[in-house]
Amino acid sequence: MVASVHPDTAHIDYVLHLADNAVVLGQRNGEWCGHGPVLEEDIAMTNMSLDLIGQARMLYQHAATLIGDGATEDSLAYFRDAHVFRNYTLLELPHHGALVGYAIDNRDYAVTIVRNFLFSSLMLLVWERLQNSSDTQLAAIAAKSLKEVRYHVRHAGDWLVRLGDGTPESHNKAQAALDHLMPYTQEFWSATNFESNVAASGVGVDIADLRNAWEMQLQDTLSEATLQLPSTTGFITTGKQKVHSEHLTYLLEEMQSLARRHPEGVW
Amino acid sequence: MSGLTIASIACSESKAPAIADGVDGNETLSEIWRALETLTDPEIPVVSLREMGILRNVRGDALQGYEVVITPTYSGCPAMEQIHDDVLATMRQLGHKASVVTQLAPAWTTDWMTAEAHEKLRAYGIAPPLACATSATHANASESKTHVLTFAKRSVANQKIACPQCASDNTTEISHFGSTACKALYKCLACLETFDYFKPY
Repeated sequence: MVASVHPDTAHIDYVLHLADNAVVLGQRNGEWCGHGPVLEEDIAMTNMSLDLIGQARMLYQHAATLIGDGATEDSLAYFRDAHVFRNYTLLELPHHGALVGYAIDNRDYAVTIVRNFLFSSLMLLVWERLQNSSDTQLAAIAAKSLKEVRYHVRHAGDWLVRLGDGTPESHNKAQAALDHLMPYTQEFWSATNFESNVAASGVGVDIADLRNAWEMQLQDTLSEATLQLPSTTGFITTGKQKVHSEHLTYLLEEMQSLARRHPEGVW
Repeated sequence: MSGLTIASIACSESKAPAIADGVDGNETLSEIWRALETLTDPEIPVVSLREMGILRNVRGDALQGYEVVITPTYSGCPAMEQIHDDVLATMRQLGHKASVVTQLAPAWTTDWMTAEAHEKLRAYGIAPPLACATSATHANASESKTHVLTFAKRSVANQKIACPQCASDNTTEISHFGSTACKALYKCLACLETFDYFKPY
């Protein structure tokens, strides 16, 4: 019900991209609530989802202010459809490897951990830089999010090492998750128009600048985890350009259904 | 160093405001600060919002109304809305027109918690945070032998966190994440009690 999200405004698109990333991964990881492999991990994953959803709220509130026109954090989170979301495709994938046919399987914690590591170690670099954004509200959000993402990286990194350098089974699962997810990280580095625009204006970061640092972090942790860095070639996903996998609509349907069935409901 | 070089952040100089800060003999503002002092963090009901560093400022006057400035702890902290409501209710009881302003910058840090807050946390059974939340290190430290099953790497658990029950610092981190976003779960190897540790942030 957002009447007019100005599609050409790079600044707004960028804030929405960051917000959509956070809300989609927060919602996806929230699936572990009550189903974590052990109690401590159940609590850890939901704590981190809470951080991500909190970050998403701040970002949506900020985007709503930039958009004006009656937009609110709720209208942006609950009343936009999959084809306008700008999250990385990586973040909407289910917690299991690639499947064919009816894509249903048990959740695989290795996929969760590998994805969290790939994404949170990117955001560690992004939030660090965004503290200097010319958009002071975005800089303030970055300063808070940075404190939280440090704990996320630490958690995912510890588990990546534990799984990779663990039993043959955990090693194989971690390697399979990495082989499955790594190609999706190509999307990080293929700058879109809105990203180039905000990088030039000082609102955003030049994401390509972060690639070396990110790869070094990854390589260091993979070495400790005795995992092999797979090659990353092939199709480059396009989630941040609003073209998604089939998985996002299901995720959003679950997240948005209550708000849509009871629009403007208050309790 | 196995991985992440995490730049440290500067500790903020800004502490929790004293009750008298910025009051300048203004009776009404003093009264407001005193009334707000009775409000506690909903999840830690022994520490006031001011001592936590959540309540940052009160400004305005009777004519224009007052603005109470609060800052969130963790981004997703579910207590913030309760805090918002509690502040408004207190201001209403005092008969003041008031609004609550949520300010993100400078970002809240556990360094703002007062010494009294640390003591109250400890007495309540929560180990208070160590100083400035900077380098969440990911370093390889030598792993000490323990039979406690941990879900945190030993190296990061090597900071000495004293048990709030028996004061022993022979403790170990069980999990980075605990009962709320701001806490980690620890176990004391001396008295065998588990306890919450308020994480540096």
